[in-house]
Amino acid sequence: MMSGFYVVISHGNLVKKIVGLNVFQVSVFVLYITMSKVDGGAAPILDDAIKNYSNPLPHVLILTAIVVGVATTALGLALIVRIRDAYGTIEDDEIVKQERDDT
Amino acid sequence: MLSSLSPHLPAIQVVLPLIAAPVCVIFRSTGVAWLIALIASWLSLGISILLLEQVTSNGPISYLLGNWPAPWGIEYKVDMLSAFVMLIVTSIGAVVMVFAPKSVHMEIPSDRTYLFYTMYLLTFAGLLGITITADAFNLFVFLEISSLSSYVLISLGAQRNALTAALRYLILGTVGATFYIIGVGLMYQMTGTLNIADLAERLPEVAETKTILVAIGFITIGIGLKLGLFPLHVWLPNAYAYAPSVVTAFLAATATKVAVYALLRVYFSIFGMNVFSALPISELLLVLGLIAILSMSTVAIYQNNTKRLLAYSSVAQVGYMVIGISMVTVTGLTATILHLFNHAVIKGALFLALAAVFYRIKSVKVEDMAGLGKTMPFTMAAFVAAGFSLIGVPLTVGFISKWYLILGAFEKDWWLVAVLIIVSSLLAVIYFWKVIESAYFKARPEGAVGISEAPLSMLIPMWVMVGSNFYFGINTNFTISAATKAAKSLIGGSP
Repeated sequence: MMSGFYVVISHGNLVKKIVGLNVFQVSVFVLYITMSKVDGGAAPILDDAIKNYSNPLPHVLILTAIVVGVATTALGLALIVRIRDAYGTIEDDEIVKQERDDT
Repeated sequence: MLSSLSPHLPAIQVVLPLIAAPVCVIFRSTGVAWLIALIASWLSLGISILLLEQVTSNGPISYLLGNWPAPWGIEYKVDMLSAFVMLIVTSIGAVVMVFAPKSVHMEIPSDRTYLFYTMYLLTFAGLLGITITADAFNLFVFLEISSLSSYVLISLGAQRNALTAALRYLILGTVGATFYIIGVGLMYQMTGTLNIADLAERLPEVAETKTILVAIGFITIGIGLKLGLFPLHVWLPNAYAYAPSVVTAFLAATATKVAVYALLRVYFSIFGMNVFSALPISELLLVLGLIAILSMSTVAIYQNNTKRLLAYSSVAQVGYMVIGISMVTVTGLTATILHLFNHAVIKGALFLALAAVFYRIKSVKVEDMAGLGKTMPFTMAAFVAAGFSLIGVPLTVGFISKWYLILGAFEKDWWLVAVLIIVSSLLAVIYFWKVIESAYFKARPEGAVGISEAPLSMLIPMWVMVGSNFYFGINTNFTISAATKAAKSLIGGSP
């Protein structure tokens, strides 16, 4: 979790920032999935043979969160493409320099 | 027909703009998209008025989606606070949509305007969803719907800086939302439920555990990022300054307000009072709020882009709301909730006036606005009137919320806080004076293009907004009674 967050903060390359964001989000998904595990539990399938099963709710929640994560990544990358068109670079410090020159 | 629909109003409120958004894409025409957005906004306004009436006469409404009983299914709940915040969002949306077409047409390339209306409707649906849902995870989903579409709205700005502003907001906003779900996940781990009422019931048993304390921390930071709480506000000034003018007016008046609402919900409806005894949250909020109102008002003085100036002032205004929360009294919360409404109409009016200025002179720099007092008298008069309200001159809404905030401070014997609130209002006079001086006491620069007053389709919504600044500043029955009721239910509803 923290390594993803660290990449978001420390890297100047915008694509790497988005990748860091992804690592950060996915680790939170894993946090949810670990919560749902019941000791000795099988997959949550409605069947007479299965008496003890894991909690399926976090899985469903994370399904939603994955969709949100995909949308965020897509939008972020789309913005980066536009930024490259407009600035000719995807390095944060060079963009900041150009913006300073503008004003 | 109408009576068979009325029990489903809470669901329709969210579904209507959500369905209207893809319909805009199907038609791919600017005019039709605008019409759909306009109709959806006004229908939503109608629904929220109906809901507010129902809540006032019959108490909170609970709506079970798909008839799955809570806490298993997702529950929508409309109480006084959510009905009030919903009214804020929908009325701002309705007025902004009337204002929008000319300004949008000028600032956004015509092949993309229908997408603008689509994104606006999605943001609108997301914001309404946050106010209405009674499920902590569902709140995250709506938070992301509204945030993702608002990143797109911001990136539609004409300058290239809009793109970087949108991306920075995207990164920080996603970090904030992820922090929020970490917090919700930890709460779920301890209680096994996501329904807000159910959480409130089960949390006290485990309230002192480290897990819950960590959850409170994550959620506070997560929502703090969204509402632009000092020092988590860094994305806000650029996002507001470079977004298209109409977007700034809409987002400034609604998005941060809804985030404050989410914070109120989490603190008072989920955690209840023990959040303030377990952690020094109220001290933290008080200090951050005070720093926000003083430092951000000071920073605003040095801005020469009026939109940026008002964006910093927005961060300061969020500070007032947070100070109200930190008091943890009915008066303090009333001040916060009142300021939600009041700040929405103030900033709505100010940014609409700026949008009209931008429509005419293609700039909102303070020096470019020189002499506008003569050439655009009605627009600048609206700007000045709303500015008085921002400062807190009596007879305006800004005065009412500051009055309650100071009352709350006196109740707690926080004399210093009351003094600092007044000092920061004086700072508002200074940054505001900069604009007035330029507009009224300087001549139009030599060789500037001749311009005229903004068109009527802009002036009327703008003045409706300014008028409500004064109407609700004089006739305060409605806003104060609604805010007090909401504050009492928040404080009393907790164990």
